[in-house]
Amino acid sequence: MLTEGAQTVITLSGDWIACAEGVEAGAPQRILATRTQSLAFDSDRLGRWDSALIVFLSSLRDAAQDAGIAFDPARLPAPAQRLLTLAARPAAAPAAPAVPSVLTRTGLLAIALAAEGIEVSALIGDTVLRSGMALRGRAAMRGGDLIDCMRDAGASALPIVTVVNLLVGGILAFVGAVQLRAFGADIYVASLVGIAVVREMAALMTAIIMSGRTGGAYAASIATMQGNEEIDALEAVGIPVFDYLILPRILALTGMMPILYLYGCAIGIFGGFVVAVATLDLSPIAFIEATRTAVAASQFALGLAKSLAFGALIAIAGCRVGLRAGRSAADVGTAATSAVVASVVGVIALDAVFAVCADALGI
Amino acid sequence: MARDAKLEVEGLTIGFGDTIVQQDVSFTVSAGSIFAIMGGSGCGKSTLLKAMIGLLRPSAGTIRVGEEDYWAASAARRAEIGRGFGVLFQSGALWTSMNAAANVALPLRMLTNLDEKSIAALVAVKLALVGLGAAGETMPADLSGGMRKRAGLARALALDPAILFFDEPSAGLDPISSKRLDDLIRELSSGFGTTVVLVSHELSSLFDICDDGIFLDAETKTVIARGAPATLRDECRHPTVHAFMNRERPPGDLAGDAHERR
Repeated sequence: MLTEGAQTVITLSGDWIACAEGVEAGAPQRILATRTQSLAFDSDRLGRWDSALIVFLSSLRDAAQDAGIAFDPARLPAPAQRLLTLAARPAAAPAAPAVPSVLTRTGLLAIALAAEGIEVSALIGDTVLRSGMALRGRAAMRGGDLIDCMRDAGASALPIVTVVNLLVGGILAFVGAVQLRAFGADIYVASLVGIAVVREMAALMTAIIMSGRTGGAYAASIATMQGNEEIDALEAVGIPVFDYLILPRILALTGMMPILYLYGCAIGIFGGFVVAVATLDLSPIAFIEATRTAVAASQFALGLAKSLAFGALIAIAGCRVGLRAGRSAADVGTAATSAVVASVVGVIALDAVFAVCADALGI
Repeated sequence: MARDAKLEVEGLTIGFGDTIVQQDVSFTVSAGSIFAIMGGSGCGKSTLLKAMIGLLRPSAGTIRVGEEDYWAASAARRAEIGRGFGVLFQSGALWTSMNAAANVALPLRMLTNLDEKSIAALVAVKLALVGLGAAGETMPADLSGGMRKRAGLARALALDPAILFFDEPSAGLDPISSKRLDDLIRELSSGFGTTVVLVSHELSSLFDICDDGIFLDAETKTVIARGAPATLRDECRHPTVHAFMNRERPPGDLAGDAHERR
């Protein structure tokens, strides 16, 4: 750096390669501290350079402008001058909006929750109305789509439903056997497994499986369609999105869940049966008879009602989350996660409501 | 200026399984030039580009970057050579979970030892160079098509590449945005001395900014003409090339007539 009267001439020498040498972002302050009136350059000894030089020059130029110091780029290499022109300082970004107060944020959250409640209610209402129209053949839903969705939510889910319910039935039998054997009440293992599976576990476990498997898939596929503008395309050509995309999914999962529940009951009881017969002195006939006596039809009815409600909840949550998803790849993942979390929490909360109602009804 | 790089493609054959897309393709891209890969839709331009940037191994032939045979090198060496490449994909291909500044910063964070202050200064300059100085905090979903392309270009420039590859840079842009991007490519190429390889069938862009190029043919599956786009337009007598460069229908093209009659 050479100061000639009011002008400072900065000699640029050597290589200026960003990834190798780093960048001189702090140098402008040191140069301007010399209280010069104008800045000029000598680039005769400048070696290889890339954006490291442009970072230095543009930060020096901006700092010089702020300090009212003249900046003369005339003796810089011509390409560097052109790049310096391109890298003009951007116009000041608009000021960030003020952070709202806690009260405002609480209010906004309440409004958002109320709006979401209205949207979900509208979706439920639409489902009921359009299902009625579909039954009369007046909805735009295609039978083939419904069958595809039913196969996906039903038959394709059987392997995982089998594994989980078989294990749950077996675990219940093991837990019961340890305690009941101490009292010589081995036979009540059958009652324990039967009642627990039919009343609670088959519906609950199947719903949790379907939340992760099918609810998440609904949200992800609909969110992906949002991102690809496929839903916009459906609307643009006049195909009702609800009838075409949402209704078959909700009807399929709501319809398949009771069937999966019944299947889950059979498999869960079978799991308990295998463990009880293998570990306790119980004959198969005694286990079956004890189960038949213990499990009342009202408990099956309760389980069926639960599974129907769980199916509708999972499908509505998955579709709703998918429809309100953003349009980026990250939003698809967020939508799938949100759908699974909302479904699982919703299923357990709904199960608690059912438990209270069943108690009140004496079931 | 920083670095320059020559690119030589010799006897290249590319394809998928038994399907050959292009065969015996040879050309040289001079350091610091803007080189066009031209041709009609489906002729294999983008596939050739994929082979050049390391995404598709060619069935035969060589690609020399500087003095090195790219595909004969080890995977680690190829990755090292690849750091000298910047690629702007057709859609911009921004990582949608991060804002524009984070998109530009990621290669610097992952592949250099620069401190955060230096990275921030470099990111600010790259975004300013493409005219997005005030849009660093903006998420890709909130950027327009042209801005997304420019943010993609800033990201491609992040590591000061010796060679920049563009896949259909003007696709989906209005004429003004397209012209701005062309000027930017020209300015950045001449400013940093970067070699540019550009796949496009946008004639106005090709005539505006390219110094040299090749024309790929879907039928013969090889190069049928070479030279600057403007020269090919004015002087090439090959019927396909002449028709393409002058926006005419080639002689004997009946497909369009049949379609119109229907």
